Amino acid sequence: MLIKKPDSIKSSEITSESVYLNRRHFMRGLLGTTALLATGSANAVPEYEFEKDLPIYRGPDWMQQKIRESVRNTALSTDDKLTPYFHVMSYNNFYEFGTGKKDPARHAQNFQTDPWKVEISGEVGKPGVYNLEDLIKPHLLEERIYRLRCVEAWSMVVPWMGLSLGDLLKKFDPTSKAKYVEFTTLHDPDQMPGQRSRFSTLEWPYVEGLRIDEAMHPLTMLAVGVYGNAMPPQNGAPLRLVVPWKYGFKSIKSIVKIRLTDKMPNTTWNLMAPQEYGFYSNVNPAVDHPRWSQASERRLPSSLFNPNRVDTLPFNGYADEVAELYRGMDLKKWF
Amino acid sequence: MAKAKSKALGYLEWWVVFLLPLAPLGWLTYNAWIFNLGADPAQEIVLETGVWAINLLWITLAITPLRRVFKLNWPLRYRRMMGLYSLFYAAVHLLAFATFILGWRWDLLLKELSERPYIIVGALGLLLLIPLGVTSTRGMQRRLGRNWLKLHKLVYPISLLVMVHIIWQIRSDFGEQLVYGLILGFLLGSRMYFYLQRKTRVMRAARAA
Ligand code: HEM
Repeated sequence: MLIKKPDSIKSSEITSESVYLNRRHFMRGLLGTTALLATGSANAVPEYEFEKDLPIYRGPDWMQQKIRESVRNTALSTDDKLTPYFHVMSYNNFYEFGTGKKDPARHAQNFQTDPWKVEISGEVGKPGVYNLEDLIKPHLLEERIYRLRCVEAWSMVVPWMGLSLGDLLKKFDPTSKAKYVEFTTLHDPDQMPGQRSRFSTLEWPYVEGLRIDEAMHPLTMLAVGVYGNAMPPQNGAPLRLVVPWKYGFKSIKSIVKIRLTDKMPNTTWNLMAPQEYGFYSNVNPAVDHPRWSQASERRLPSSLFNPNRVDTLPFNGYADEVAELYRGMDLKKWF
Repeated sequence: MAKAKSKALGYLEWWVVFLLPLAPLGWLTYNAWIFNLGADPAQEIVLETGVWAINLLWITLAITPLRRVFKLNWPLRYRRMMGLYSLFYAAVHLLAFATFILGWRWDLLLKELSERPYIIVGALGLLLLIPLGVTSTRGMQRRLGRNWLKLHKLVYPISLLVMVHIIWQIRSDFGEQLVYGLILGFLLGSRMYFYLQRKTRVMRAARAA
């Protein structure tokens, strides 16, 4: 297989540990500040504290370095209270590793996420198969705290680490025919027990898609980490999508293919039950799923003393930013 | 002496069978107490109590086939207990749903009970289980006579309602539903088989006469 490098990516320098550390301060202090000054909206990523026995995922060296250099994008972050790391990494829907909420954390621990390659194809000027490192390195990683709303009517608040999908796509020169973006998850039944299930009606590999304007929207994120560390495998390491105004299943995990196309992609859940899961699947309290009312949600972690139920907001509270993308569309029809 | 011993063993057996179905509830309570049910303890409790409501219903339905097919008679003694436990877990299941998921918001409860097909059939199943529980005492059995048998045949439609309740919950993987469905198929199928056998025997006897 031919592995290409985007022209714009310089080969990595060899840097000693002390320079790393200095650079970390430099980045957080200066580069962070320049970014902050530029947008008025960045901040240092805090040092999170975790319970001692919780696994932390650091990723390869280059990822650690990128994370050390990251800044928090406060302008795009919500002030909502964070869902604790423990729950973020132990309560997952990732059917490739099983349909129970605890299955992914149980079955994904040996999932190989490094090295990782991503094929970028279709309506782009620079198609190819790229190393994840080469895709990520040219970008400053940002922490963004987003609400995550699952179609099952629960929600979390997660500090993701990543970059705007649009910034990455632009480097590959989308053509004028690029109307949609199709994403594909790794298909590897040896590693992913859910893909071996004989009783699953889902077709593998998992495919998701966005309209090009949704993909280019600044809120749309490719994430490589959470909570100031690399992405846990159960959360979709090493590369996943995060689209905060859509139901969680749109935010496809462990991506190996990104294809730009002129046709609306056939997405996995939509193929299986088109009347239940629309292509858009924007969070919409006015349109119920046959099994779940979408008018409200339980913000996790919930406790037995309080279901922690909050009203669901149109576009998951991001209406100011994204409602214009759908102006003139009947959202009951295009659910 | 031997009689006293077997009586003691009988008591022991009763207590074991009585306590075993409480284990899942004990496990749930303990883990809820130590905050070990994860990010969504409410969901965990609803699912687990639902699973034991259906398990115990299937066990209740298995007791007659066990007797007929495998000549296993002792479980008959516990059929009522298993049925009552099923009702008990189904009731806790509903209570957990109303309390921990909906926080007793009546608007939400009404909406769920009227708009979600899978909840409607579940509720119907639970509703029909209640008269069976209420009339499960020996006194009621005596008082109702032949009608008692007729009434308790309701357990068959109830089992089908519960089956539909879980089939309508399938997201993508139907392994669990397949297992419950196959077992129920066997439990109801064996009854059908014995019913038809009895009928042909009666008919043959009638012809012979
Ligand atoms: C008013 C009555 C009932 C209500 C409101 C109710 C509600 C629910 C709910 C909300 C769920 C979880 C769905 C999900 O989030 O995936 C569920 C699951 C379930 N219920 Fe019920 N239910 C009722 C009656 C029953 C009865 C009578 C039985 C059995 C005798 C039963 C057995 C189950 C089972 C086996 C599950 C699935 C557990 C799993 O998938 O692991 N339910 N029910």
